[in-house]
Amino acid sequence: MSGPGAPDLPGTGNIPGLPGDPALAAGSGAPMVRAEGLHKSFGRLHVLRGIDLTVERQEVMCVIGPSGSGKSTLLRCINHLEQINAGRLWVDGELVGYRESGGKLYELHDKEICAKRAEIGMVFQQFNLFPHMTALENVIEAPVRVGGQAKSRAAEMARELLYKVGLQDKAGAYPKQLSGGQQQRVAIARALAMRPKLMLFDEPTSALDPELVGDVLAVMRDLAESGMTMVVVTHEMGFAREAGDSLVFMDEGVIVEAGRPREILASPQHERTRSFLGKVL
Amino acid sequence: MNSGPDNPGTPGAHGAAGVTRDVSGQTAPPEEIRAVPVRHPGRWLAAAVVLLLVAMLVHTLVTNPRFQWDVIGNYFLSSRVLEGLGYTLLLTVVAMVIGIVLGVLLAVMRLSSNPLLSGASWCYIWLFRGTPVLVQLLFWFNLAALYPRISVGVPFGTEFATFSANDVITALGAAILGLGLNEGAYMAEIVRAGILSVEHGQSEAAQALGMRRSLTMRRIILPQAMRVIIPPTGNETISMLKTSSLASVITVTELLYAVQLIYSVNFQTIPLLITASIWYLIVTSLLTVGQYYIERHYARGSARQLPLTPWQRFRRMLTTFHAQPPAPPAQLPAGPNR
Repeated sequence: MSGPGAPDLPGTGNIPGLPGDPALAAGSGAPMVRAEGLHKSFGRLHVLRGIDLTVERQEVMCVIGPSGSGKSTLLRCINHLEQINAGRLWVDGELVGYRESGGKLYELHDKEICAKRAEIGMVFQQFNLFPHMTALENVIEAPVRVGGQAKSRAAEMARELLYKVGLQDKAGAYPKQLSGGQQQRVAIARALAMRPKLMLFDEPTSALDPELVGDVLAVMRDLAESGMTMVVVTHEMGFAREAGDSLVFMDEGVIVEAGRPREILASPQHERTRSFLGKVL
Repeated sequence: MNSGPDNPGTPGAHGAAGVTRDVSGQTAPPEEIRAVPVRHPGRWLAAAVVLLLVAMLVHTLVTNPRFQWDVIGNYFLSSRVLEGLGYTLLLTVVAMVIGIVLGVLLAVMRLSSNPLLSGASWCYIWLFRGTPVLVQLLFWFNLAALYPRISVGVPFGTEFATFSANDVITALGAAILGLGLNEGAYMAEIVRAGILSVEHGQSEAAQALGMRRSLTMRRIILPQAMRVIIPPTGNETISMLKTSSLASVITVTELLYAVQLIYSVNFQTIPLLITASIWYLIVTSLLTVGQYYIERHYARGSARQLPLTPWQRFRRMLTTFHAQPPAPPAQLPAGPNR
């Protein structure tokens, strides 16, 4: 079928005139992340039900919400760990996972997707460090194997990054020999080693002992101050209030409320936000 | 945000810390407990029974002349036995190499999202695990009955060369083919289990760093899967050593057939079977030691500290024999978080 409805993604019909918007393809002027009418289902489970979102350059956006609200899925869509079912998603002005030409969408090749992912750093709740590699080897793996850097140069930069996250003396340690907080800081260093333009954090402190949370948040705060664009799914309201430029509250696959962190946390407009914050704060 | 460091009321953490406070430095060492140990009369009884059985075994080994230890001694290092041993080792090594390569290939195919590839892998495993290896050996040995001529060329097209199947597939070739192809099916399942044992988060983290699928498999998944793959592969190798004796039925002069040929002439059946058994035991023991060290190598990073090798343990035992028995609790790593 060469036929009529050019993009065969169902549901885009809700947002007429959206594809081909020239303002979006402009590149560096575009926001870092832009989502319009984003839908994602796993089989029958409809997880994201029409997300509209803009993350500007150097913005730190915190995403909160009850579990199962789709926060993590949204994050995973942004670096194409999940394929979206409907809507459009741009990172740095370029469509995620597709190329558009002549009003038609073409799936990107695995190689191109990997190249784009390499520009986006991601930090996981469970750290996901490579257990058979030392902290240093974890950090240099991608720069050497994906970025094609020389090992010595990568190691030099990795040491710098480990210093930045306060673990310069742990370069030779295996993940099992590190505490959870230390592992997460290595994971942040590993993500930064690819010099990403955007960092995604998926509940980075949720698996940590309370006393270790502070160190990780401190690293993230430094990162935010250095001007990194960040999307942070978190339950740390203190971090959201102090380091976040914007706050998004999600529930049941939609964005219920968005705005300045202080305002939302102090006086939520929506009933669902109120009841959620009442339980968390 | 961080709560004050000197918080005495931390519950649980130092629950039973009534004895010492290592924080404050010097306090008198705690008095060691000296209690009367529990007695185990049942163990003594069981040990006595086992000792009795061992004594009976040693007695019969030494006194029964029909073991004919002198005959075993004569043949143990004879050239025909050693040649048989050589073939057994050759069969084991080559069949295992074929099995492992095939196994990795089949496992990756089986986990592929391409249904044709995974289906083909499934059928292969079904066929080769579903029939006795002895039957497979006989089948390959008699392949000439099915395909008298074997050709190399373009499928359905021209042939470049043609051979007689009887020339190409010798007894040894049939044994290698049969054992190797059969092993591939088992290794495929072992490798697949290893790959599946690696947490999904690992490949996700690799993907998020921009690593491609093949690179992720090579650098991240397989090295971790090795920890699960190695022990059963060791078992398979040891098992293969003994399964290779089946090749005796298709006239490969491996260890068993070599001694069979000898005792069919001199009728020293038992001593020669014992000769073969001792060799099997020796090689198995060596393989077990090798397996231990390979496992240890791939355990890197999976435990906080690698266990000592028996040799290291032995040396430590010698050097620290008279050291203080109860070491003070010094195993806490010194460095705090930052």
